[in-house]
Amino acid sequence: MGRFWSLLFLTVPILGVLTFVCAIGNIWPLNGGTLAFPADQWLPDDVSENGGVIDNLFMFILYLTGVIFIGTSIALFLFMWKFDAEKNAEPVKFTHGSHTLEIVWSILPAAALLFIAIYQMNAWVDAKMKRPTEMIGRSEVPKRPLVEVTGRQFEWRLRYAGADGQIGTPDDLHAVNDLHIPVNQEVVITLKSQDVLHSFFLPNLRVKQDAVPGMKQFVWFQANEVGAFDIVCAELCGWGHYKMRGRLTVESQEDFDKWFAEQMSEQERTEFTPSSGDDDE
Amino acid sequence: MSSTTVDAHSHDHAEGGSAWRFISTYVFSRDHKIIAVQFLFSALLWFVVGGLLALGIRWQLAWPWQGMPVIGPMLFSAEGGQISPEFYTTLFTMHATVMIFFVIIPFLGGAFGNFLIPLMIGAEDMAFPTLNMLSYWFMWPAFLLIGASFLSVPYGAGGGWTSYPPLSVITEAAPASGLPQTLWLFGVTCVGISSMLGSVNYMTTIIQMRAPGMTMFRLPLTIWAMFITAILQAFALPVLTAAGFMQVLDRLIGTGFFVPEALAANNSLAASGGGQPLLWQHLFWFYSHPAVYIMLLPAMGMASEIIACFARKPIFGYKPMVYSISGIAGLGFIVWGHHMFVSGMNPILGMTFMVATMMIALPSAIKVFNWLGTIWGGKLYFTTPMLFCLGFLSMFIIGGLSGIFMAATPTDIFIHDTYFIVAHFHYVLFGGTTLVVMGAIYFWFPKMFGRMMNEPLGKVHFLLTFIFLNGTFYPMHLVGAVGFPRRLADPYDYETFAHLLPLNQFMSICAIGMVATQILFAFNFFYSMFWGPRVGRNPWRANGLEWTAPSPPGHGNFDFQPIVYRGPYEYSSPEVDEDFYPQTQPPPKGREESGDTGDHH
Ligand SMILES: [Cu+2]
Ligand SMILES: [Cu+2]
Repeated sequence: MGRFWSLLFLTVPILGVLTFVCAIGNIWPLNGGTLAFPADQWLPDDVSENGGVIDNLFMFILYLTGVIFIGTSIALFLFMWKFDAEKNAEPVKFTHGSHTLEIVWSILPAAALLFIAIYQMNAWVDAKMKRPTEMIGRSEVPKRPLVEVTGRQFEWRLRYAGADGQIGTPDDLHAVNDLHIPVNQEVVITLKSQDVLHSFFLPNLRVKQDAVPGMKQFVWFQANEVGAFDIVCAELCGWGHYKMRGRLTVESQEDFDKWFAEQMSEQERTEFTPSSGDDDE
Repeated sequence: MSSTTVDAHSHDHAEGGSAWRFISTYVFSRDHKIIAVQFLFSALLWFVVGGLLALGIRWQLAWPWQGMPVIGPMLFSAEGGQISPEFYTTLFTMHATVMIFFVIIPFLGGAFGNFLIPLMIGAEDMAFPTLNMLSYWFMWPAFLLIGASFLSVPYGAGGGWTSYPPLSVITEAAPASGLPQTLWLFGVTCVGISSMLGSVNYMTTIIQMRAPGMTMFRLPLTIWAMFITAILQAFALPVLTAAGFMQVLDRLIGTGFFVPEALAANNSLAASGGGQPLLWQHLFWFYSHPAVYIMLLPAMGMASEIIACFARKPIFGYKPMVYSISGIAGLGFIVWGHHMFVSGMNPILGMTFMVATMMIALPSAIKVFNWLGTIWGGKLYFTTPMLFCLGFLSMFIIGGLSGIFMAATPTDIFIHDTYFIVAHFHYVLFGGTTLVVMGAIYFWFPKMFGRMMNEPLGKVHFLLTFIFLNGTFYPMHLVGAVGFPRRLADPYDYETFAHLLPLNQFMSICAIGMVATQILFAFNFFYSMFWGPRVGRNPWRANGLEWTAPSPPGHGNFDFQPIVYRGPYEYSSPEVDEDFYPQTQPPPKGREESGDTGDHH
């Protein structure tokens, strides 16, 4: 039976290798019940400027851990196969360990882990700490947000800066769940929550940030492809969490301006007067 | 005390005489073994509940909004057998609560900690038997409170086991979670009291009550792990308890520790303010990250015991194993922020937590290498306990490595709160801890009940569990890589996730298979308890002190005073002809006492 159990454990690294093949070849298992080549669904399409860095880091960790995973799992299989008491006639190697080995397998993983940590830092700084800037006059200032996104049960409330470039003035444009941004531009948004925690998740742009009531945060991203994408709520916000779904439309500057003007005139025509009391800017 | 009287003593339900005697022996018992069995039985019972809750979740993810056959109409006749979105939040909240607080922690600390600590160190009982009894009986208010919370009308607590405010605090935000959430908080507090009583007892017992010759570096790794776990618990739990009370006060009298100003939920303005939702997350994870190790270290210890025994070889690198357990515990206190990378916490703080989190992977890696070193060059006997522990090793490699993806802050931006993390902690807690717990039940069952469990049935149980567990949890990595979020009742409305339905159905079918497989285990367990073949003291030919006591041990455990001559892993020692060398066996005449296990040759 030792042979049988060893082979069972061999399936684990085989599964690991298959995962790699799928990851590298972008093959998605069980696409509509069948294997599809190439399904292009392993990590969703990335349409952003900075998402590629995150994807590369993901794949980098996948390769690194994958090699260790397959190596250790195969070692486990080999040891099970070779040292099975039914087949192994050699006496037990009576040993309590090895200083050299302990040092080797402490220092190597430590170095690798430290390397991963340091290797990640730039991407982290870019994503969460280096807010884009713009020139106002001759001074470089943090880029002004295009839109304020407020999470509330169970929708995303949007408020675009009007002609004055300021959010919180009477010329703001209001929308719900329908976020439009111009393509190929750095966009800054203000992220707030009105009631509980939400999380603003753009899978195709590799952006995620919790919206915390009482906090005003800035999130930035740049989409490089036009199209419509999902806005997902990724933090439990109550029974309707699953339906807190928005749409991100990335379009050319002209289309964006056109859409903006249309929405604006629509808003004026219906005399939608926003409640001005909830303004804190 | 001869072993026959001891055996008779623990078997005389009927002859006990008065009902009072029965109650004091088996119900309000102060004997660590009875308390262990009480913990074991209640954990097994809740394991069933937790498993069924998981099936509810899996049903909804595979066949969203479709009526559950048979059970559905009984549970939700109003909705035509459907799971409602409110009930879905209750399902995953309760699944996690039950599995963590009523199954894994009681299995490890309550059942095996209680059973093994006195037996393995050669003590008669725990240092404080009454505290020990109380630690079990404090679980009952917890059972009742959480049970009441679950069964509350119309829905139980649904804020997730993490219970993040303001959702968990502001009743307007979750209309159904008024009383149930408060009950839930009190329930978890009772579990905390129980664990605290246990950990004080374990620390004292291990420090004070070791048999002569049982030096710290002759302790089995299980005991080291239990010792470190007890310390972790003693330092981390008070923080959770305090935070829990703060949340209760927020809910009941509006203290507003976790609630900011001007919060408008469900169109009504919340009264309280001045607090910070992130404060709860810091306090909660300050306990709950160490809790991950509370749920893992004892299992690692028990796996070391079983692997060494069935490899017939000393554990490779005993001292590095001890140091890595301690290293995990120390680092475990400074990594909690890795749960909060995208929470709005200061991103610079995020970077420091990333470095600490990367480093905590190191001791786990060292342990894996040492287990591999242990089976290298041994003689492996593939008994059921051994298979479960090798399964643990294989699964823990996956679970450990997948943690690195979340530890890396930029990568975590994408996979945070997706099924990738769900895959990760199920590989650690099911593939890791639960497999060891099952192996440990097969291994120590003969000591607990004096009878063997059925081996062939155990192997089938392992085979099916191993296959189904990978079928259930492995694809979660794949859907997680697509960004499939957790805690979503119906993710298929999103264009990005619509194509993931078939894979989710596959996972759910495997989950059903996995739960069904456990029927084999339950049958084996209860059948063997009454009709399994009787065994002697040491059926596995193992070295530990517990194997020199009668099976099952009576009151006072040992019928002789154990004296310890060596560490617990001297299998296949050249000093003796047998391939095992019990810790109590005096060295052959003319030989020096063998050294501590940690001395490398
Ligand atoms: Cu949500
Ligand atoms: Cu953690």
